[in-house]
Amino acid sequence: MAEEPDDRKPLLSKKIDKFFTGLADAWNFVKRFFQEVLFPPYEFKEVIHQCYRIGVESLPLISLTGFIVGVVFTNQSRPSLSEFGAASWLPSLISIAVVRAMGPLVTALIAAGKVGSSIGAEIGSMKVTEQIDAMEVSATNPFKFLVVTRVLATTFMIPLLVMYTDFVALMGSFLSVNKNELVSMSTFFVQVFESLTFLDITSSIFKSILFGFTIGIVGCYKGYNSSKGTEGVGRAANAAVVMAMFLIFIEELLVLQIVNAIRGS
Amino acid sequence: MNQQEKVVEIKDLRKSFGDLKVLQGVDLDLFNEEILVVLGKSGSGKSVLIKIMVGLLTQDSGSMKVFGQEIAQLKKKPLNAMRLRIGFSFQSSALYDSMTVRENMEFPLVRNEKNLSRKEIDRRIEELLDSVGLPQTINQLPSELSGGQKKRIGVARTLILNPEIMLYDEPTAGLDPITCGDINNLILDVREQYKTSSIVITHDLTCAKQTGDRMAVLLDGQFKSVGTFDEVFPNADDARVKSFYDYNFINS
Repeated sequence: MAEEPDDRKPLLSKKIDKFFTGLADAWNFVKRFFQEVLFPPYEFKEVIHQCYRIGVESLPLISLTGFIVGVVFTNQSRPSLSEFGAASWLPSLISIAVVRAMGPLVTALIAAGKVGSSIGAEIGSMKVTEQIDAMEVSATNPFKFLVVTRVLATTFMIPLLVMYTDFVALMGSFLSVNKNELVSMSTFFVQVFESLTFLDITSSIFKSILFGFTIGIVGCYKGYNSSKGTEGVGRAANAAVVMAMFLIFIEELLVLQIVNAIRGS
Repeated sequence: MNQQEKVVEIKDLRKSFGDLKVLQGVDLDLFNEEILVVLGKSGSGKSVLIKIMVGLLTQDSGSMKVFGQEIAQLKKKPLNAMRLRIGFSFQSSALYDSMTVRENMEFPLVRNEKNLSRKEIDRRIEELLDSVGLPQTINQLPSELSGGQKKRIGVARTLILNPEIMLYDEPTAGLDPITCGDINNLILDVREQYKTSSIVITHDLTCAKQTGDRMAVLLDGQFKSVGTFDEVFPNADDARVKSFYDYNFINS
């Protein structure tokens, strides 16, 4: 149902009240997602369409960024390792850095900018041009069609994009290592996989799922709650990126603490 | 249903947004197959009234009964069932930007009538596009249509669910006089062909005169004058009602 103007009277100062009511609204939005995702009707066709938009259309940007990250990180690490005669550890160092942190983080930040802003702007413009109301009055569920599909798509596709980024970054790193240290591809990848643990891979996938969900739900929330005409659409897109990036860093920090605790035990 | 039967009954309806009192005790009935035109200044609460009728907004107090059912008391499922009986044509047309005309019309149809064959869906879409005179636009995107075409497609999309009541929110706003005339004819055709009862929200008196069986002028959150065009205008007692007539027919 369309949002009515907020008639609630502020209990504390306006800013504090706005913060807590915003938090409560966001919580209700997330809760509604989990209520809606489990029950039919399912919009499979729209989920696939969104997966294509979010996944396939992000590939060129992700490929370029992943490759550059691999090459640059390898070239920047080489002098320090060479000082200790440890240049042969480059594949191990790069693989750990890319799989544990840089792959998920770089992919999520790029997706927050590209995908999060586009979801925020698209749903925001649908809100201000009454398209969401039009769905509502034709007895269809706009939340299911617009929000559930997009959040599912980001949650499925970001982990896949992260795996792809890891691969491209490692290929970039291999080219640099191959050129400078004359290491073959098989030797490089044997070293890569020897240095990675099961926990590295599972924590990376878990993080990516969390990042994907965050990008989708934040973009949809900001778009769905946008107001004040076209200016509101711009604000929704901007807020979707800023909020998603902020939450991604917080989640990265939390997951790191959990993984380190598991690793230490 | 005979033509004297009430399809909508509104009694002492009140709605405020914060300190702003928009509707302050609205009473109105809509009869079967009638076209009722609601006139009023911008911001007078005309759109709020019809948004309450489809459950997009909820009144603070008073009663809004459609087909004898109190809208504010309906739960999600019965409300959706009621919405299928009410067509809402938005001021902005509200066509889905990312979908073609065909997909726009298919969207509510396939989600509400599950067992339709592809052939039946296509037949209904083509039939309705023919009836609004735009069969050639079927594969076009909303961005490729003119304002008048968008309004017509918006009406066609609404009609695909066979509503019994049509709500038109500013159907002629922003259109040239010739296209306005076409839209007015469309409103009359829809009533004729689909036997709908209609509420037309507008401040265009030409549209009101051409389409409406009765007029209702909303002022200060209440209906000040209700009756046929000749009863309400041009010899209105209320100066503000008279100014509507003067502005539309004398000044222009």
